[in-house]
Amino acid sequence: MKTIDLTSSTVRDLNQALHEQALECTEREWAVTNPKGQHNLAVGLDQKLAVDIHGHAGYFCAGMNKKAHIVVHGNAGQGLAENMMSGTVRVKGDASQAAGATAQGGLLVIEGNAGARCGISMKGVDIVVKGSVGHMSCFMGQSGSLVVCGDAGEALGDSLYEVHIYVKGEVKSLGADCIEKDMRAEHIEELSGLLNRAGVDEDPAAFRRYGSARQLYTFKVDNASAY
Amino acid sequence: MSNDNSVKTGLRESATFDRNTMAEIRRAADTGIYDIRGFGAKRKLPHFDDLLFLGASMSRYPLEGYREKCNTSVTLGDRFAKKPIVLDIPVTIAGMSFGALSANAKEALGRGASIAGTSTTTGDGGMTPEERGQSKKLVYQYLPSRYGMNPDDLRKADAIEVVLGQGAKPGGGGMLLGQKITDRVAQMRNLPKGIDQRSACRHPDWTGPDDLAIKIQELREITDWQVPIYIKVGATRTYYDVKLAVKAGADVIVVDGMQGGTAATQDVFIEHVGIPTLAAIPQAVQALKEMGMHRKVQLIVSGGIRNGADVAKCMALGADAVAIGTAALVALGCNDPRWDEEYQKLGSAAGFYDDYQEGKDPAGISTQDPELMKRLDPVEGGRRLANYLRVLTLEAQTLARACGKNDLRNLEPEDLVALTVESAAMARVPLAGTSWIPGQSF
Ligand SMILES: Cc1cc2nc3c(=O)[nH]c(=O)nc-3n(C[C@H](O)[C@H](O)[C@H](O)COP(=O)(O)O)c2cc1C
Repeated sequence: MKTIDLTSSTVRDLNQALHEQALECTEREWAVTNPKGQHNLAVGLDQKLAVDIHGHAGYFCAGMNKKAHIVVHGNAGQGLAENMMSGTVRVKGDASQAAGATAQGGLLVIEGNAGARCGISMKGVDIVVKGSVGHMSCFMGQSGSLVVCGDAGEALGDSLYEVHIYVKGEVKSLGADCIEKDMRAEHIEELSGLLNRAGVDEDPAAFRRYGSARQLYTFKVDNASAY
Repeated sequence: MSNDNSVKTGLRESATFDRNTMAEIRRAADTGIYDIRGFGAKRKLPHFDDLLFLGASMSRYPLEGYREKCNTSVTLGDRFAKKPIVLDIPVTIAGMSFGALSANAKEALGRGASIAGTSTTTGDGGMTPEERGQSKKLVYQYLPSRYGMNPDDLRKADAIEVVLGQGAKPGGGGMLLGQKITDRVAQMRNLPKGIDQRSACRHPDWTGPDDLAIKIQELREITDWQVPIYIKVGATRTYYDVKLAVKAGADVIVVDGMQGGTAATQDVFIEHVGIPTLAAIPQAVQALKEMGMHRKVQLIVSGGIRNGADVAKCMALGADAVAIGTAALVALGCNDPRWDEEYQKLGSAAGFYDDYQEGKDPAGISTQDPELMKRLDPVEGGRRLANYLRVLTLEAQTLARACGKNDLRNLEPEDLVALTVESAAMARVPLAGTSWIPGQSF
């Protein structure tokens, strides 16, 4: 295991070292110490690395991740794992707003709570939040799934496309074109798979499912108030 | 008294309720939804035609047309990037999405730009292999929608353009109507086929200039500080936007005036939001100069650029390069009279066609229909675009030499005068024959 201490190395040194592994992997396990909330930690990785960040991360931690398994042993700032393509990102604490924004693949697990706009414009990622999510979560979400074991804030799933949303707790309100849907056998199966992958011990039957009513997919006069 | 026989008593057209206005009221009453169209603002605006060059005579020497060189090359993005972009000509191709444009049109743009020694730009829909393959220099747009955004393409790009807005719709997001969301477009954007897609107008994971500075740093980290990062803004509060863009760490700033083209936007947006290109340039240059960044952070200007005179005037006002959208499409054959009959069938006519959103373009450019698309031969289109780009460059050089300049970037506001009070005030050059710059001196 290689350790990079961010009191003596810069974020640039860290990312450069991790990027060099994309060409030829010489070291799989990395520990990052003293991150002290710095931004852009472990962004743009493209290799099956295991990166442990010991402390809090700032904005865009694990941004555009491919293949790597990144764990933040602390809280993460805005835009965690934004546009992730594949791999896994896990945060032991809370995540700020726009966690998993536009992410296209992989698994994002937030063990604490997530702020506003969790999963905004998500495009295929699976997000599992053990705690609650803030308002406007999954806004314009395109595909993938969002699992919330706690509560969801206002306007969940506003202008939603095809994301599958599962919430165990209370939903403060649903956004435009988002509706509650039946929980059928295939959804229970999908949800238990997601919970398993995330290592979260919850009963899938206790969740409700939300999705798009698909009424805003095409311009219609009757929907004018929603535009 | 008028000599015009068509003017008859009782047949006076209202300037307020003219035929266009009334037609729009009827259209609104028929459909109950705003008009969505392509192209740029169609209203008359103060523009480059309102400026003239003062050629050299006694007080300044002109350069000889064929013998004395006038440099046209420009380097973009040498502030932070390890690999700045070097262009042979200061006319670039603006971002136009695959989806809005056909794959053949994108390929033709790439071919033409590469022959002429300049760059093309992706758009709201990601990077296509056709475009990357044919463009020697490709700028990859980073848009609010992030359709097709991925780190591999990001690393393949020669520059990254963070799009905050567009001149045709500052404060608005993109649109792509169902007819154009074919399987390939849907797959690239990760959307259901055939929907009326509306893109976000704000970036999903940052708000404001301080966040943007961190976002830019993220993009630099992902690309190991190799390529320049541009910021594109629609022209509104340009002076402030440019200052904030410099502060956020941009290498290059793209300012797109309200005449700028679009693939699909509400007509009310196109015609009523933003400021003319002419008014935006001096604001941008002032902001850069005050920060000591003029020529260090390069300025690209777009919105209604049609000929070499427009290019030269932009540069005289302080731009480092320009970008063209609509004019490039026209060079490829958009609105060409040879398709007139078909434009008529669509309820339009050659020279008026602006329904890019419908995807029925007879010229095969703003369409995803495989049959229509075939009408545009990308090799021939590329050649036409290269010709046109060369003419723009030759024309700009001609004017620069006449002003005694051996580099297009040596053109200066002093070489210009204005024909109207409005254009003099906006461009901050004197009204022709006077030393009066409205708002500055008397
Ligand atoms: C068909 C079409 C598609 C466009 N798509 C985009 C886009 O995806 N992203 C963007 O930033 N600007 C887009 N634009 C705007 C151009 O990048 C550019 O700002 C504008 O066309 C410049 O003005 P001009 O058309 O008068 O040259 C588009 C313009 C057109 C005509």
